[in-house]
Amino acid sequence: MFLERPRTAEAFKERLIEISLFLCAFASVLTTIAIIFVLFSEAVFGLSGAAFFQEVSVVDFFTGTRWSPVLKPQEFGVLPLIVGTLWVTGVAAVVGLPIGVLTAVYLSEYAKPQVRNVVKPFLELLAGIPTIVYGFFGLAIVTPYVIDPIFQGLFGFKVGTFNALAGGIVVGIMIIPMVSSLTEDALRAVPRSLREAGYALGSTKFDVVVKIVLPAAFSGVVSAFLLAISRAVGETMAVAIACGSKPNLTANPLEQIQTMTAYIVQATGGEAAAGTVQYQSVYAVGLTLFLMTLVLNIISQWVMRRYREVYQ
Amino acid sequence: MTETKNSAIDVKVEKAASVREPSTHAIKIESQNLDFFYGEHQALFDISLPVPERAVTALIGPSGCGKSTFLRTLNRMNDIVEGTRLTGKVFLEGQDIYAPKVDVVTLRKHVGMVFQKSTPFPKSIYDNIAYGPRIHGMKDKNKLDEIVKTSLERAALWNEVSNRLKDSAMALSGGQQQRLCIARTLATDPEVILMDEPASALDPASTSRIEELIFELKEKYTIVIVTHNMQQAARVSDYTAFFYEGKLIERGVTEKLFTNPAEQQTQDYITGRFG
Ligand SMILES: Nc1ncnc2c1ncn2[C@@H]1O[C@H](COP(=O)(O)OP(=O)(O)OP(=O)(O)O)[C@@H](O)[C@H]1O
Ligand SMILES: [Mg+2]
Repeated sequence: MFLERPRTAEAFKERLIEISLFLCAFASVLTTIAIIFVLFSEAVFGLSGAAFFQEVSVVDFFTGTRWSPVLKPQEFGVLPLIVGTLWVTGVAAVVGLPIGVLTAVYLSEYAKPQVRNVVKPFLELLAGIPTIVYGFFGLAIVTPYVIDPIFQGLFGFKVGTFNALAGGIVVGIMIIPMVSSLTEDALRAVPRSLREAGYALGSTKFDVVVKIVLPAAFSGVVSAFLLAISRAVGETMAVAIACGSKPNLTANPLEQIQTMTAYIVQATGGEAAAGTVQYQSVYAVGLTLFLMTLVLNIISQWVMRRYREVYQ
Repeated sequence: MTETKNSAIDVKVEKAASVREPSTHAIKIESQNLDFFYGEHQALFDISLPVPERAVTALIGPSGCGKSTFLRTLNRMNDIVEGTRLTGKVFLEGQDIYAPKVDVVTLRKHVGMVFQKSTPFPKSIYDNIAYGPRIHGMKDKNKLDEIVKTSLERAALWNEVSNRLKDSAMALSGGQQQRLCIARTLATDPEVILMDEPASALDPASTSRIEELIFELKEKYTIVIVTHNMQQAARVSDYTAFFYEGKLIERGVTEKLFTNPAEQQTQDYITGRFG
């Protein structure tokens, strides 16, 4: 009888394989849930001692303009940290997104294969450089040799050794490979037949790129942007080194600032004793950061689904 | 367009008797001694083919014989394929389209193309049709509206889409998409329309709509159509050219070529003995 079930040993083996694969996949789900749980419990519910938001009101936290976790009077207004993060993210977006997209357009639409074969490995190399190296590059090169000559030399502004601009620029460079490779994937997914149809109507190459390929790849490009921005929001080592460690609610990117991530590094680096409000604040800041990147990711997913074009 | 498929063909046959004489058509576009190469591979050999104005010329022949390649030399679409090379000449109303000073963008405005697979842009129906006029500098909203309307009317699609011009073109059916692509080509106001198996991916009803359309369009446009379907070639075309292994074997008035071909190879092909 050839329709019989396989022998039990074999069936068991199949089952075993499936279960182990499931466990692997489940591990990441579990980790995510665990992290969210810890963040919330330490920040909000206080399962192990007082939660941060039992000591500091949510309103004070999100509207306070001074972040002084150590010096008395202690104050936990997160705005300076958020603004620090936004400065870095904003500058990084201004630097990284256009360069990333234009690189992708060049590679996918203009570059000859020979050129592409040279540029691509360099982009991958750029993506592989440790972020701490970027931070050092910002501190040791970008600030003294780029920002200082321009802003101090030409305009006479005072430029800090640590400043938000340098951090933003290096994070911008850091996200170029990500933006360009995700964008390039989106551009390459646009079928050749659409480009040909464009040319057949008398388009120039530029028309085809700007009016057909980029709009057709819109959802992919936007989600590349959002993912890169959420990467910039979460970037830590580079900004900790290039931007400094002074919470500073400022409109001047040439001043020292502190981002949310850099604060977490500082606070967990031994400065705060476990159980103190200062220590608990790490969870509140972590939660804020998590919510920001979560929102970006959700928007990105939504854009992907909402605007994805289906090519038959 | 309310006639049925059959009545359209009847009309055609009637007319055919009066307009099919080759001498009544001026030559619109003509290739002379055209050789074409993909890298080292020669795909066309010494093709000299005149295409009469305001008539339908069908290109037939077995798969891989170079029909598409030839068609694409007429609007220089092969320029965008890497590593291709061409010798010989193609004249559009006496001007060599491969002459150095020729602007391909302008050329393609005059010589439009419809592909086998419909290729609507992922934009609204309106924006698809307005695309060509816009890239050629048309900004006037009223004129654009007018062009969109007349193009869709000429492509026999207006009645089906007039109340949803803002909807995505991707939502149309296959046959509608192909008529949209024809309308989009008409919107740039070409004189010649090249069609590469425009109905081969469509169901019979949509196919006959496209055929009716081609029949109407030749009043105003010069049409070159590639088709694998002998009946279709016989139905829609005034002239037929038979290609085989990159060579033009025979070209003539459709009726004559199908009933009394000069070459044995043509005879074999149209009677289905090979290909
Ligand atoms: N992009 C290309 N690169 C290299 N060779 C090609 C290319 N396109 C076509 N060819 C070759 O040129 C020859 C003619 O191809 P072409 O597409 O013109 O044939 P066709 O008559 O249109 O065939 P079909 O009826 O299958 O569409 C074939 O041998 C084909 O393999
Ligand atoms: Mg073909």
